[in-house]
Amino acid sequence: MNAHDQDRVQHLLKQALPPVASESEPELDLWPAVLRRLDAHPAARSRFKWVWFDCALLAGLALVSAAFPASIPLLLYYL
Amino acid sequence: MSNGSNGVPVQLPDPLDRFRQGDLDAFELLFRLHQRAVYGWILRIVRNPAAAEDLTVESFWRIFQARARFEAARGFEPWARCIATRAALDWLRALRSENELTADLIADLPAAAAADPGVTAEIRLKTAQAFARLPPRLRVAAVLAVVEEQPHKEVAAALGISVAAVKLRVFRALRLLRKDLEKQGITP
Repeated sequence: MNAHDQDRVQHLLKQALPPVASESEPELDLWPAVLRRLDAHPAARSRFKWVWFDCALLAGLALVSAAFPASIPLLLYYL
Repeated sequence: MSNGSNGVPVQLPDPLDRFRQGDLDAFELLFRLHQRAVYGWILRIVRNPAAAEDLTVESFWRIFQARARFEAARGFEPWARCIATRAALDWLRALRSENELTADLIADLPAAAAADPGVTAEIRLKTAQAFARLPPRLRVAAVLAVVEEQPHKEVAAALGISVAAVKLRVFRALRLLRKDLEKQGITP
């Protein structure tokens, strides 16, 4: 894509999505909503989450290690 | 600074310090100072006023939770913008539908640019829908840098990437957009 094409696509994009007015502001005071949110979830949850994929991967690795103990050094090498 | 009971001036802690310690009054002060900027930034990304309000609340909640990691040297607003950008990106990723940018939504937003009579309403809608099909991380870079004409440095800071990476994302977004439009028989 050359500079001319890029300019044309940019022009089209600006026509399709007009810029948001700089004076935009929320229709209502959002502070009560922030307070409600803080009350509902006072502390951040741990960023570390166990998902099914992690559990499945760990179980698979454990099975492979149990079935083929010789693979343990190889797994440790790649960790 | 205020006078203590013995008339000696007492240095009050900075609102940013109090915020970092979890002081809700200081947090409210910062919220009142920056909510408009954060809301405007999010609206530029998501282009949906109702979603922008929800995401502003979500962003300030995340800001309060992350207060211990706040570095005063960086400034509150750039840091808040960075968190707000991440919240907006999460929202865009969750949505992933071309229906999010409909003609109604586009019409709802105040138009600042003069309309080009050579670009029909149908082409504008198809362009907006093609743009909505782009990967969210490319969309965010393109909408902020091209449509909203925000400095690349600010976009880079908000996305947590380099200026060169912003330029690359914008280029890729425009190239993908062009390809999508050509498939629909629109030659930019």
